[in-house]
Amino acid sequence: MRIDGKGLIDRSVTVPFAFDGQRYHGFAGDTLASALLANGVRMVGRSFKYHRPRGLLTAGSEEPNALVTVGQGGNATPNLRATTQEIYEGLTAVSQNRWPSLNLDVMAVNDLFSPFLSAGFYYKTFMWPRSFWERVYEPIIRRSAGLGALSGEPDTARYEQAYAFCDLLVIGAGPAGLMAALTAARAGADVILADEDSRMGGRLLAETEPLDGEPAHIWVARVLDELATMDNVRLMPRTTVTGVYDGGTYGALERVTTHLANPAPDAPLEAFWRITAKQTVLATGAIERPVAFPMNDRPGVMMAGAVRSYLNRWGVAAGQKVAVFGNNNDAHRTAHDLHEAGVEVVALIDSRADAAVSGDFPLFTGAQVINTRGRKSLGEVHVQTASGVEVIEADCLAMSGGWNPTLHLSCHLGGRPVWNVSIHAFVPDPKNCAGLHVAGAAGGVFSTKGALKSGVFRAREALKALGMKAPSIPLPVAGDAEYAITPLWQVQGRKRAWLDFANDVTVKDVELAATENLASSEHMKRFTTQGMAPDQGKNSNVGALAVLADATGRSIAATGTTTFRPPFVPVPIAATGSAGAGKGFAPERFMTSHDRSLEMGAPMIEAGLWYRPSYFPRKGEKNWRQACDHEVGMVRNAVGVCDVSTLGKIDVQGPDAAAFLDFIYTNRMSSLKVGRVRYGLMLREDGMVMDDGTCARLGARHFLVTTTTAAAAQVMRHMEFVLQGLRPDWDVRIASVTEQWAQFAVAGPKSRELLNGLFDAPIDNDSFPFMACGDVRIKGVSARLFRISYSGEHAYEIAVPARFGAALFDLLLERAQALGGGAYGLEALNVLRIEKGFLTHAEIHGRATAFDLGMERMISPAKDCIGKVMAERPGLKGPLREQLVGLKPAGAAKLITAGAHLFMQGAEAVSDNDQGFVTSPCYSPTLGHPIALAMLQNGRARHGEVIDIVDHLRGVRTACVVCEPVFFDADGGRCRG
Amino acid sequence: MVELMEKSAFGGLLPVEVGTCRIFAALPEPMHLVSPYKGQGKPLSDAMKKAHGMAFPAAGRATGKEGARLVWFGLEQAMLIGPAPDARLSEFAAVVDQSDGWAVLRLQGPQAEDVLARLVPVDMRAGHFKRGQTVRTQLQHLHVSITRVGSEVFQIMAMRSMAKTLVDELQGAMRLVAAR
Repeated sequence: MRIDGKGLIDRSVTVPFAFDGQRYHGFAGDTLASALLANGVRMVGRSFKYHRPRGLLTAGSEEPNALVTVGQGGNATPNLRATTQEIYEGLTAVSQNRWPSLNLDVMAVNDLFSPFLSAGFYYKTFMWPRSFWERVYEPIIRRSAGLGALSGEPDTARYEQAYAFCDLLVIGAGPAGLMAALTAARAGADVILADEDSRMGGRLLAETEPLDGEPAHIWVARVLDELATMDNVRLMPRTTVTGVYDGGTYGALERVTTHLANPAPDAPLEAFWRITAKQTVLATGAIERPVAFPMNDRPGVMMAGAVRSYLNRWGVAAGQKVAVFGNNNDAHRTAHDLHEAGVEVVALIDSRADAAVSGDFPLFTGAQVINTRGRKSLGEVHVQTASGVEVIEADCLAMSGGWNPTLHLSCHLGGRPVWNVSIHAFVPDPKNCAGLHVAGAAGGVFSTKGALKSGVFRAREALKALGMKAPSIPLPVAGDAEYAITPLWQVQGRKRAWLDFANDVTVKDVELAATENLASSEHMKRFTTQGMAPDQGKNSNVGALAVLADATGRSIAATGTTTFRPPFVPVPIAATGSAGAGKGFAPERFMTSHDRSLEMGAPMIEAGLWYRPSYFPRKGEKNWRQACDHEVGMVRNAVGVCDVSTLGKIDVQGPDAAAFLDFIYTNRMSSLKVGRVRYGLMLREDGMVMDDGTCARLGARHFLVTTTTAAAAQVMRHMEFVLQGLRPDWDVRIASVTEQWAQFAVAGPKSRELLNGLFDAPIDNDSFPFMACGDVRIKGVSARLFRISYSGEHAYEIAVPARFGAALFDLLLERAQALGGGAYGLEALNVLRIEKGFLTHAEIHGRATAFDLGMERMISPAKDCIGKVMAERPGLKGPLREQLVGLKPAGAAKLITAGAHLFMQGAEAVSDNDQGFVTSPCYSPTLGHPIALAMLQNGRARHGEVIDIVDHLRGVRTACVVCEPVFFDADGGRCRG
Repeated sequence: MVELMEKSAFGGLLPVEVGTCRIFAALPEPMHLVSPYKGQGKPLSDAMKKAHGMAFPAAGRATGKEGARLVWFGLEQAMLIGPAPDARLSEFAAVVDQSDGWAVLRLQGPQAEDVLARLVPVDMRAGHFKRGQTVRTQLQHLHVSITRVGSEVFQIMAMRSMAKTLVDELQGAMRLVAAR
């Protein structure tokens, strides 16, 4: 019910919206909660476990009951708090956890069985038969207990992530936060003021207390106006700081367009900010805590402070006959504010016998609420007074068990709060708050005057740490009411008294935890699930601890809190990970030949972020194998062209370059002549093979190292480490030139013929023998030529600056086609190298030594190198090692599959009998049957033996003959030709 | 004789304009990574001044001006952008041609800082990242070099093969900024 003349809403703007299919109207400035309350909607949800009717409890982000789903289909967002969701024209919200409707929920039958559904019930009951848990019990329990559901469709909404930096981050824009921000802003500091509300002001907007003799919101507006005009201030409303991380980093969730009817199409729904602050003022205020009296969960039972918020901020009376029940003076304000606004106050009940109460309505001191009635809405309140039980008719009961400082963020880096005996609440421990200055109610300063003063004081502390001078700022005249409280945690009674409304945890559940000896707060939490709902027990944690303390005979301080962890409010993964959506997951690396390869219909394979053509399908070819076979034949018989630009290229220069390369390669590079290339092997420090590749000597102290595509970054990092960490005395400079050069393999008997048709000066076997390198000119462009071969054929790799890559690829293709050749892709490249027994990281898999790969002799005995000593360790050599071998079918050609394991012929295919595995299989069109490389125990001594290969995944078992890993042109005559 | 045609790193992807900001390809210029040998920092800087009119930059700085710039690029490294390197530089430093290795674009506009705030975990605001300052950092997943070359202009360099991803990321952030 709206109250005329109250509230900060704009009554000239009517906003239509829908809840559970029913149309309503609210006003600009309303939250979904205030608008529903104004429309007399009492029930907004069903409880988690018992499916009890629930109404609004709070007016902030701590709301445990009023969780709704907004939007539809892929756009739907579940579990939004109605108390923070602003209304806009066309907002469609639905309630959750009920079927078929909120009003008639068949699962409410659970409530009748509540005596059986206490904490730990599931663990104890659904134990037998064991297999039923996953198949039967858990699905049923999950379906009946719960929250809103995701649509199952991809999220179509846009999200954003962003970074921000400041000298001072002020979290919370209530009296303390505003004064802190103003102080720091006037001092010239870079300030970010973040507040989770749509309108800044905190409790100043919810109370009637004046500032400087004016309504407080006028003072708030004046301060905000000043801050808004300052270049050094960034105001971030609708932004909840959700977590504190190392080095002054804060996570914050901004609701960017969740309040707009027609946001710009590209605008994000929410943004996740990473804010780096040199200093921080924590002015997050306090959260009111309920009292656990019997049947305290009915729609209409609300927090006293929230009832004031709805009245003063939104002009809504939470009921027509309101009772107020509290244990502190602050609760009295609710009765007085309502009374002054013309709402009937049917009782002010203070549990303290000595409380000073006044008012023109029924007053009870030393009294407690012991029961309530009313199924879907509160009807009556039963009050135990000294003289007996009074039954009071009421449709709203405003309760207050006192206030808890909102200290969560002060604990995210491991800090533990301390118990303050004067306010009976936990407060942040300043010892654990480096760079975090706690101001106002968050630090237990509950009066408005105290909060304003504390804001200035903490800002001064922060400015001092920043080395800045604080200006003198006059404080507005404000109230300094005493916050007097006598703790009241629970009211005894036969019926259930709720602590955690969100997860349906009652006093009895916590007492049961203590009985079961789950007496630590962390054990109690997990046994009862108290504090584990989306609200993280914001208004129930301390109450539950108090009950646990009582049940275990300890003080609350000794019982201690559970651990506060980020995020403070639920954060959609879509927001934190927005940059990783779609192609944002990883960069795409394209070679200069990419467009041409796509034109030729080549499917792409991703390798080390690079997109490489798999094969080039020709007309009439039905599958990749036909294309691959054709391309292999082309290279073996004519000439093929392949873009190999993805191989890592590292430029190494300096007086000590040769010594450096001798140190990182197993073989000697210092003896390499200028204009020559050598194959090289690198070991890791632990003696395993890291990578292989070639090393070309371009000048006396100038080398070019190539790496495999996958290990390019690893080798670069390794070199940096060696130069910076192991041999800083060496004068060597390295630079990655992978991207500078587009490099193409030209392979096949006609490769030289092809190139000579392009070079300004032709080459022959004498001027350019196998493993030669040098500069050439091609069509006027300076290029690098390497006579190296990964196919076993007479082959070259030619490199040009990348800007010429696309043109050179086109030209090479054209010439190759004229010679009966063409482009070949990764599949053919793989077959060609398997036929020759050349390695990739399938063989260099991280556990292979040079000995295993048959390359032990490449570790030069005449010099030291990285990994040499560790490669000598026992167990890294000998017959027990899996060694590189070739495999070919024994008898009729059958499929050999990658990853298949090797067994003695006829042996049972179990892991005890495992003797190795297939690393690289293929069909060899050159030989006309399948071949494979494999690692086999003592393999080099077993050439000729027949073994079984077994692939459990694909159901393959076939016999193979072990052979040399080189299948074709074993003496290497073809590449020298 | 057929000449080999040049193709730029960005192909037809640039320029792009969204809201108040635009990205466009930088003029193709020679780029060389210059890394002084041990103890040669001073003579290199002198030779650089003599030949190209600018000193070797301190970490996080860029020296020179439009057409001839020396951008700090990492530990004892700077990228010489513009002039072809004087032959004498090689006496004191390893000089490596990178003219084709890096894709270079400019981001320009009054909200350029806001665009970068969506992509780069570094404070790029004018008060903290002034003209002449440079940084090696990440732009989402990309390894980049960013230099402020004007009050509202940033030069952004990424590995050539990732030019499309660079444009995609910037374009996405420009849209988000424009939508606010």
